Amino acid sequence: MISTIIIAVTAMAFIGVIAAIILYYVAQKFKVIEDPKIDEIAEQLPGANCGGCGFAGCRNFAETIVKSGSMEGLNCPVGGNSLRNIIGGIMGVQVTETTPQVAVVRCNGNPANAPLKVKYDGPFTCQFVHGLFAGENGCPYGCLGLGDCVQACKFDAMYMDLVTGLPVVIEEKCVACGACVKACPRMIIEMRNKGPKGKRIFVSCVNREKGVIARKNCSVACIGCNKCVKICPHDAIILENNLAYIDYDKCKLCRKCVAECPTDAIHEVAFPVRKPTAVSNEQLAMSN
Amino acid sequence: MLKTFKMGGVHPPEMKIAGNREIKVMPIPGKVFIPLNQHLGVPAMPVVKKGDEVKTGQLIARSAAFISANIHAPVSGKIVSLEDITDHSGYRKPGMVIEVAGDVWDESIDRDTGLKDTIVLSQEEIIQKIAEMGIVGLGGATFPTHIKMMVPKGKKADVLIINGVECEPYLTSDHRLMLEKGEEIIVGTRILMKALGVNRAIIGIENNKPDAIVHLTTLVKNLDGIEVAALKVKYPQGGEKQLIKALTGREVPSGKLPIEVGCVVDNIGTAFAVYEAVQKNKPLIERIVTVTGPEIDHPANYLVRIGTPVSDLIKQSAIPEEKIGKLISGGPMMGKSLNSMDVPVTKGTSGILVIPEYQASRVPARVCIRCGRCISVCPMGLEPYLLSALAYNTNWEQLETEKIMDCMECGSCHYTCPSGRPLLDYIRLGKSRTGQIIRSRINKS
Repeated sequence: MISTIIIAVTAMAFIGVIAAIILYYVAQKFKVIEDPKIDEIAEQLPGANCGGCGFAGCRNFAETIVKSGSMEGLNCPVGGNSLRNIIGGIMGVQVTETTPQVAVVRCNGNPANAPLKVKYDGPFTCQFVHGLFAGENGCPYGCLGLGDCVQACKFDAMYMDLVTGLPVVIEEKCVACGACVKACPRMIIEMRNKGPKGKRIFVSCVNREKGVIARKNCSVACIGCNKCVKICPHDAIILENNLAYIDYDKCKLCRKCVAECPTDAIHEVAFPVRKPTAVSNEQLAMSN
Repeated sequence: MLKTFKMGGVHPPEMKIAGNREIKVMPIPGKVFIPLNQHLGVPAMPVVKKGDEVKTGQLIARSAAFISANIHAPVSGKIVSLEDITDHSGYRKPGMVIEVAGDVWDESIDRDTGLKDTIVLSQEEIIQKIAEMGIVGLGGATFPTHIKMMVPKGKKADVLIINGVECEPYLTSDHRLMLEKGEEIIVGTRILMKALGVNRAIIGIENNKPDAIVHLTTLVKNLDGIEVAALKVKYPQGGEKQLIKALTGREVPSGKLPIEVGCVVDNIGTAFAVYEAVQKNKPLIERIVTVTGPEIDHPANYLVRIGTPVSDLIKQSAIPEEKIGKLISGGPMMGKSLNSMDVPVTKGTSGILVIPEYQASRVPARVCIRCGRCISVCPMGLEPYLLSALAYNTNWEQLETEKIMDCMECGSCHYTCPSGRPLLDYIRLGKSRTGQIIRSRINKS
């Protein structure tokens, strides 16, 4: 009786040892040598797998960095510059600074500015409605207000304003991953430089129709009047297809265009309230 | 036992309230708006300039590609602008505006109303004439007719089917045309038979139009090859593939055209337009439009010039503003809802349906209860619940293997769903995205 147990135990132990030896040799033979840097970098990355870097996930991004050996052309918008420095430290390379960016909604077509003309009660996705019709306010370029961007945001950095019917970006939470930019079928959302102390100026309209037609649907549409282009001292504004666009790399935030825009289509963010300047006093006197 | 197709189908209330109203000629409007893309395919290229004087029936835009169609001036007057025109969706598409001055017709058009039933042109000449006169399928899909008539090499047509089904509720334009222009339609059918080189034609008419069946049957009594077939009332029998199945028992394979089984299908309206084009040299510049709705006092069928704004039709029918909740171009099942009243009538507008506001809104969508009704009514044998769920989850690859491209968007699934789910909306989304993927793959290879 006892001998049966002994035989069984010895046999099992013997098989175990043999299997261990085989496994050891196989493991040595088929070992995948992975750069330990990949793990190190992946640990530092945010781990949200948001796709903001353009790769399939954080680990895939880390692998790409290690493979290419530098941070050239690669950026994790979530981590920003602090993360770049950490990765640079791990890789032992010098990294260039990137400018932090933020998502900007370039439409101001709320019901007050662009009155609703028809009622829609089909499925609530922008993607479908974009293919179906121009939108409840009639603007074929404007925000449909059904929140595909809010759904796409993985960082809870967007919400729909129920009064205006437009999405709002929470600047503190936005990591500039670009998911909302891809989700918007009308390409209204753009990644723009955050600017010093969050100050930035942008054209809050993407309507490329002629001014008369654009104004019919929305009172704050860009009408392509060229006034901002003329007044800009830095050549930062381009007018193409009846639409002004401010190049954020060239813009020096002088705010001249904001006052010039006849339809208030140019928005300024985080600037102090404008004091009456000498010019406007003169204008006041002239008008009097 | 009346003929019909086997798979799926629904029977919505027929509501053919304008069926006994004679066709009235709609007065010419002050301005007409002509979109350059009134047909399936590439938009036509304008051949006139701003400020040009045009006569009724004069060519104003030429077919720009293989699948495209000519457009003729529906009125005489001056071209005031070549600009974008808002279409039913609210998007602006290229078009032109003509300010009407009098009604001077092009000299080449025979305006005599007498019947001309000897066909003098040869097969090639007929097809060329159809192309020249800008005839497109008037059933709603607006596919250029001359391309349908050119049978591809290696294929052979043996039967022409004339579609007088008009399975959409409310619409009566084809019904009225059959009653009032029966002789012309028969001549048009003979022209189409000659163009195709077939000696058999079937006119399919649903059984809810007994007067039209009787009328056309007496007309074809002495003619060889043309027969009139009564069909059981069932939606979507007017669909090409369903009609072929109902009349001949043949089944068009998935993703193929009817010519694969030797059939060519043309609408009643198209047959009449072909008659006018070939015998009278008259281009497609007007069509029958039904103006109707559940609460309309005077439903009517109008002979309307292409480009007439819908608001004129509404005014002519004296429909008060408060009765308009929703406007649909076409029938209630497959029609497109209009974004504004300024939209013009195009070659594909078979009716304007006015729905009061309380009937216009949808029921709130509830969860799918897996009853399978959508599957049992799908005339193409698809699984609408699955397709819409896949489209919702953006699974475009699987949508292709589930044959979403076979869907003809008849809306039977949507109509029958007891949970009021927006099945067709998501299927349309899936169809457009899957179609894009398939097209880009074809372009690559």
